[in-house]
Amino acid sequence: MSRAFTPKVITANDLLAGDVIYLTADDQWSRHHAQAELIEDEAHSQLRLLDAQRNKFAVGAYLADAKRGAQGPEPVHFREAFRTRGPSNYAHGKQTERNHV
Amino acid sequence: MYNYTDFDETFVRARTAQFAAQVDRRISGALTEDEFRPLRLMNGVYLQLHAYMLRVAIPYGTINPHQMRQLAHIADTYDKGYGHFTTRQNIQFNWPKLTDIPKILSDLADVGMHAIQTSGNTIRNVTADHFAGAAADEIEDPRPVAELLRQWSTDHPEFQFLPRKFKIAITGSSTDRAVTRAHDIGLRMVRNDAGEPGFEVIVGGGLGRTPIVGTIVRDFLPKADLLPYVEAVLSVYNMLGRRDNKYKARIKITLHETGKEELSRLIEERFDELRLQFGGNDQALLAEITAAFSTPTLRQADTGAYHAFYKADPVFRSWADTNLSAHKNADYRIVTISLKKHGETPGDATSEQMRLIADLAERYGHSEIRISHEQNVILPHVHLSDLPTLHAALRGSGLETANVGLISDIIACPGMDYCALATARSIPVAQEIANRFDELKLEHDIGPLKIKISGCINACGHHHVGHIGILGLDRAGVENYQITLGGDGTETAVIGERAGPGFAYDEIVPAIERIVAAYLEHRVDASETFLQAYRRLGLAPFKAALYPDEGKRNAA
Repeated sequence: MSRAFTPKVITANDLLAGDVIYLTADDQWSRHHAQAELIEDEAHSQLRLLDAQRNKFAVGAYLADAKRGAQGPEPVHFREAFRTRGPSNYAHGKQTERNHV
Repeated sequence: MYNYTDFDETFVRARTAQFAAQVDRRISGALTEDEFRPLRLMNGVYLQLHAYMLRVAIPYGTINPHQMRQLAHIADTYDKGYGHFTTRQNIQFNWPKLTDIPKILSDLADVGMHAIQTSGNTIRNVTADHFAGAAADEIEDPRPVAELLRQWSTDHPEFQFLPRKFKIAITGSSTDRAVTRAHDIGLRMVRNDAGEPGFEVIVGGGLGRTPIVGTIVRDFLPKADLLPYVEAVLSVYNMLGRRDNKYKARIKITLHETGKEELSRLIEERFDELRLQFGGNDQALLAEITAAFSTPTLRQADTGAYHAFYKADPVFRSWADTNLSAHKNADYRIVTISLKKHGETPGDATSEQMRLIADLAERYGHSEIRISHEQNVILPHVHLSDLPTLHAALRGSGLETANVGLISDIIACPGMDYCALATARSIPVAQEIANRFDELKLEHDIGPLKIKISGCINACGHHHVGHIGILGLDRAGVENYQITLGGDGTETAVIGERAGPGFAYDEIVPAIERIVAAYLEHRVDASETFLQAYRRLGLAPFKAALYPDEGKRNAA
């Protein structure tokens, strides 16, 4: 029996800046995981992934496991958690942007 | 050092212009990502976890002050004010924007540098002994041959689509500081019975998912035969190497599947054909190149002040004891500037540090700089009398750490803090180990000990040849670290032995501490290094220290 589908978000990297981006429910690309569309249906996830892969400014779009959180979707795997923040050795990447807002 | 000819200059400029046009076509949508990816990789551009990364070659680890200042300029202008020196004598910029990369390549071309063939299934940056041209134990400077290989391999039409990437390392000394036995081709200079210099040729070494110590296919290859011989190896590999399976495509697998005897026969057969075709042109070129690598005019001066200072200043003495190596001239030393300050990222240098290194190289080092695969910076020619002033200039810059060859002089790949392939982080593990042993004030007592950390099985951090190797993996969604012991990357190369089950992120530093405690307990005396003790004792006492509960269970 195939494994039950777990919720996903669609993520990629921005073509120009390389920054991590997430597909939102209204077809925008956000830099914030919490604004991503949480996809809970497998068929829908495949269609949304096809949509995402057609966008020339989103590089390497894929489905990443996510879960529902108070502020919006949250990452499940540590790799995806790192992608929401940036590296651990310097305060670079998204973690610094967050301090500015 | 070698300066670009008009031919090199024209080629690099043309490639930069080509890439700028490719970037424009990608942004306009004329190229898809699938079409663009191989083009950007040919120019050293990766897309990593958080951003693009540009990998710039520092051929055979040699760089001049002018180039170092340009790297600092690039770090300040297009990146976040620093660069990361890698285990393959490259520098990586972690945050460039795609639209800036053509400008960076153009700035690099201004100083005779490039990012060509730092990725892709080609012959990569040829690496060399970082003490080349200066070491007391050297037969000959290997860099003219390395430069010959660079020119031959760059854009070589036959070798642009190899089954897989191909790495060549070379050393001019019988002491192997270039890990030649873990490369696709390793070249180690030796003398024959007549006293003539030539190369021991090692083929099929490599780390990664299938770590193998290379096989010697020729005990002695005359220097003049080197290029046709290397081309013969590549040619045979290009024919036989497996293109059907990425994980079986390296020459180490070709060697394993074909057998040493048959592979050697094919190489020799091809070599006989090629040697005639070369017709001595390579030797004429090599002679021209060699002139560019002459030793600078070394100065003669009184060394008394150095010896007096060494006696008087304990901080200087500690630095001199760890960071200096023997030079072929008795009044000179090779200086290793540590990029491993406790708690900092191994191999990272800020633009300010790069500029200081450039200034000091000009003032005290005959304008020569090297980058080591161990992620440190070398000033290969410093007169004894200049060492106290040099050390004083380093103090306060973060470059004065006296730890070369010690437990905190750790090799670490970027790991999951940057790399898209990584399965776990490496950098914070290195930082925490260095900080811990600094706190304990034990590292000088522990003595020579090489820790090498990789954040995935591709082994950029050379963990298999670390005396203590650490491999970060993803075990069911959690970072987990496997330990190997007894690895050695020198002329006595050995792949480390796996110690047992892995450790969680917060258990890895205490685990390393237990290994070191076991060494201190079991060593004969302070003169027996960790590696010697491991070779004498084997895995057992270290395993007992690593997994104390297992011993209790067995005893119960």
